[in-house]
Amino acid sequence: MSYSDYTVGAPVVDKAAPDGPIETRWERRKFGVKLVNPANKRKVKIIVVGTGLAGGAAAATLGEAGYHVTSFCYQDSPRRAHSIAAQGGINAAKNYRNDGDSVYRLFYDTVKGGDFRARESNVHRLAEISRQIIDQCVAQGVPFAREYGGLLDTRSFGGVQVSRTFYARGQTGQQLLLGAYQALERQIHAGTVNMYQRHEMLELILVEGRARGVVVRDMVTGEISSHLADAVVLATGGYGNVFYLSTNAKGCNVTANWRAHRKGALFANPCFTQIHPTCIPVSGDHQSKLTLMSESLRNDGRVWVPKQLGDTRKPKDIPHSERDYFLERKYPSFGNLVPRDIASRAAKEVCDEKRGVGPSGLGVYLDFDDAIQRLGRKAVEAKYGNLFEMYERITGEDPYEMPMRIFPAVHYTMGGLWVDYDLQSTIPGLYVAGEANFSDHGANRLGASALMQGLSDGYFVLPVTIGDYLASNKLPEVGPDAPEVVEAEAAVQGRIEKLLSINGNRTVDSFHRELGHIMWDYCGMERTEEGLLKAIDLLAELRREFWNNVKVPGTGAELNQSLEKAGRVADFIELGELMCLDALHRRESCGGHFRAESQTEDGEAQRDDENFAYAGAWEYTGAGSAPVLHKEELNFEYVHPTQRSYK
Amino acid sequence: MKVNLRVWRQKDPVDKGRMVDYTVEDASEDMSFLELIDVLNEKLILSGEEPVAFDHDCREGICGMCSMVIDGQPHGPERSTTTCQLHMRKFNDGDTITVEPFRAGAFPVIKDLVVDRGAFDKIIQAGGYISANTGSAPEAHSTPVPKAAAERSFSAAACIGCGACVAACPNGSASLFLGAKLTHLGEMPQGQPERWERVVNMVETHDDAGFGGCTNTGACATACPKEIPLDVISQLNHDYLKATVGGRKK
Amino acid sequence: MHWTASPLSSALGAVATQVSTGGSAKASATPARPKRPLIPAVLLKFVMALSGFVLVAYLVVHMIGNLQIFWGPTAINGYAEWLRTLLEPVLGWEGFVWVVRIALLASVIGHIWAATLLALRAKRARPVKYAAGNKVKGSYTTRTMRWGGVIVLLFVIYHILDLTVGVANPVGAHLKPYENITAGFAPDRWYVTLFYVIALLAIWFHLRHGLWSAIQTLGWNSNRREKTLKAIATVFSTVLIVGFLIVPISATFGWI
Repeated sequence: MSYSDYTVGAPVVDKAAPDGPIETRWERRKFGVKLVNPANKRKVKIIVVGTGLAGGAAAATLGEAGYHVTSFCYQDSPRRAHSIAAQGGINAAKNYRNDGDSVYRLFYDTVKGGDFRARESNVHRLAEISRQIIDQCVAQGVPFAREYGGLLDTRSFGGVQVSRTFYARGQTGQQLLLGAYQALERQIHAGTVNMYQRHEMLELILVEGRARGVVVRDMVTGEISSHLADAVVLATGGYGNVFYLSTNAKGCNVTANWRAHRKGALFANPCFTQIHPTCIPVSGDHQSKLTLMSESLRNDGRVWVPKQLGDTRKPKDIPHSERDYFLERKYPSFGNLVPRDIASRAAKEVCDEKRGVGPSGLGVYLDFDDAIQRLGRKAVEAKYGNLFEMYERITGEDPYEMPMRIFPAVHYTMGGLWVDYDLQSTIPGLYVAGEANFSDHGANRLGASALMQGLSDGYFVLPVTIGDYLASNKLPEVGPDAPEVVEAEAAVQGRIEKLLSINGNRTVDSFHRELGHIMWDYCGMERTEEGLLKAIDLLAELRREFWNNVKVPGTGAELNQSLEKAGRVADFIELGELMCLDALHRRESCGGHFRAESQTEDGEAQRDDENFAYAGAWEYTGAGSAPVLHKEELNFEYVHPTQRSYK
Repeated sequence: MKVNLRVWRQKDPVDKGRMVDYTVEDASEDMSFLELIDVLNEKLILSGEEPVAFDHDCREGICGMCSMVIDGQPHGPERSTTTCQLHMRKFNDGDTITVEPFRAGAFPVIKDLVVDRGAFDKIIQAGGYISANTGSAPEAHSTPVPKAAAERSFSAAACIGCGACVAACPNGSASLFLGAKLTHLGEMPQGQPERWERVVNMVETHDDAGFGGCTNTGACATACPKEIPLDVISQLNHDYLKATVGGRKK
Repeated sequence: MHWTASPLSSALGAVATQVSTGGSAKASATPARPKRPLIPAVLLKFVMALSGFVLVAYLVVHMIGNLQIFWGPTAINGYAEWLRTLLEPVLGWEGFVWVVRIALLASVIGHIWAATLLALRAKRARPVKYAAGNKVKGSYTTRTMRWGGVIVLLFVIYHILDLTVGVANPVGAHLKPYENITAGFAPDRWYVTLFYVIALLAIWFHLRHGLWSAIQTLGWNSNRREKTLKAIATVFSTVLIVGFLIVPISATFGWI
């Protein structure tokens, strides 16, 4: 039986979600949770893996509540988690502008933006909490942009019609993360949180089917140790690095999630990936990561390629009549401001026609010439000066003289471990927060929503809902010598040993690059049945070769960055197979998932609500063995699905 | 382009360490400096040698993880640029480039170019926060913050905690890092209640960690990839003197 | 619970199990860090700034006093005499001068003491030098301050022996500064003048950074003011040092 012959299992049901009027569901759920006696909280141990917005906020808040928290991150400080790189802002339905914004409108925009593949209850809760997040961050001293009166400034973002995005220059993620980090450091000082930096989670410990701990590796000494607790929270981010090149940090990985998936947690909608249209193109084989240029550039820049095939003239020498402003041509009413998924795919199309620009042919121009003529160089400089500088630093080209070259890049992953309304996975006691869960974004995430979700989960949702589990379940004591613990450690040890002993001819990075090529070519911006089937075969072959021919130098008892990468890439390959299968089975186009077979006559994404209005949650059955699909039906009681159009 | 590298190699914290020469023949101008090390490492691995260990993560200049000293300058010769954003076109074909770890008593070397910057977290733990438990916050607009204060606060908060200031300082002082956090929080009305206690506790922890004293050389601000202004140290001095000599700290 | 079954085990990290109550059992390979110093560095700098200000204030008065030599022997010798009569009813003959001398000595000792402690701390905080040298602009200031400070100290000792105690001066007469100066900087003793010029330039360097540095230490600097403050420090130091320089140079060239 081949990997693609998956079976369909019993539906997965969100038992935690309350019904009734959507406006009061979160209130009622909060009232419904059982509470842990404050005197007992110190005796309750919770492990939090990851220290980004979701993990950092959760660990700090749980510590404040009095729980005994242990937190892990792979970086040398919790402050470096990749939430720090988010540029744009954070949405909140404060309606400070009096422009008609409301919780309901934010809820509506997010469900629609997610192309009707998100759970309504979750999204409404997110919209409600968005307001508290801003209050909380301001109290922590986050230096948001302000107006002359001293009140908070907002801007509009991502084609939304209200101005609800709060920001701190172009470093909103950094400032929000520092807020969470400082709250976390405060709890470390107070003794409620034990922090382990440079520690990587390599296994989940299950006892009687419940998550009871993790096995971690100290990345400095190589020491493998187990940590036991009453509940485990994974806040380990997204898996964009399966594409090798992405806007993620180099260390971002899926290992913690994948280890949990292998132990029984369902993985939902893995094929939903967001490709951001305005990134700096790849410059050569040495490329190790892609850099995002803010989406705001499309407000004044015009996107074009030469009309003629093989036109090698300098961009300045190509007259306007011989340029194809393809976004303006195809989407006259939205022009260069179409949503991310649409802009990305259009760029890919022209490059497929071999009209792409730059040395690799994988790029399109983003031209500010008209804007400079219309507004003057000074005005353009004031608006985008720092972005132009960054572009010049990386490419060596001056965007005032020559149009920028941009190309889409993997940016965010909407899929992740399946969780219920309480953020609990299918493994009891295992909670998943932030980008790591299959999230509230459906098939596509709107700008400035990722920060909102991470902090909502971490500060306000998880600390409440996890208490229900802890108060309702009498958990037996687990000792360090329990067979499950010994077994998990042995598994980690065995895997490390195996990786070190292969001693083949290829470096880990060469496998990672090849994986990235396969994923980008067949599971990137446009997916076809034929391509996905081919990718599944290629990945199975890659997996076999990896385990026979990878070369990992050094030992396990030291800082060994090759070994760290090897473990992550091994998991990425398996995830890649599942992503392709998920993309293969979802024979519709929606949000970040575009199947060539499912498009309208004029080439737009064609959703199939009849057959695919569900979240696809996959059950692991072994490496290379066909997984089982569990569907969670999505009901839209408030926002009724419509076809998106940007013509 | 061809580049000669002199790289600090040190097996572990107790190893004495030494400089080792390497040559990368096929470097490209478009590479970032870290990508150059990537290329070197690929070659080392295939030839059976240990790759060079170095810290890096976001590679877009914001996480603060990359930490090497290139030709005697933390993050290399380009101003306001982290190592990950430094590109090879800033060097010439045939250049010999010396690469060392950040040097400071408070930043012990772990391996090769990787150092332990845990002392920075310790300084933050001592008071680099505003105590506001989740859920206890008042409505965000209840306290306006003058725009100028918010701007100055932001400029200081832009610190990425990379430690270049310490690496550049002839005294091994972390005053710029410390002053940046004190200014970030001290400019905010929300930061006032803990202001005097914060400065004293953070200064004590800074000294505890083995960082040296500031002598106002300004090397830190020159090396800072985020252009944290030197006056945050003046702010630190001001607040500390007011808290101690001025008796503000109860 | 150690992993021993595998032949590779020696190459692998030790295995330990921890219940999350305990801290991590880290290898103690990192070197021990120094204990907390008794006096915070910020306070040492405070001492340097205050003592520095006392010394600078003295220099201003000293420089203005020197200029009286251009009004002839009566003026400057009378000035020296007059200084000793200040507050005579309270402090007695020369009492005021001794009060100033003690204040100066205390400032010099405080200044050097704090500088030495900071330098020792810097050595501990930066035990390893860069193979490529520290190429960051500004890092040389410390060297010029510390070595410059030592040069200034040696000069001051010589200067006291020359024009206060008089043993290094060809005349060395008490309360006769005019004679001492003109003889000490006579044209054939051009090397003494040269030494004074070099030493005063060292003081200029020291002052230029020291003045601004003191302002920064006392917390009066701001990003907006920084350039102005530095300019003021440079102008002030230059005027002061030029004022000092004219006297020996004029004496050597016979303009007095």
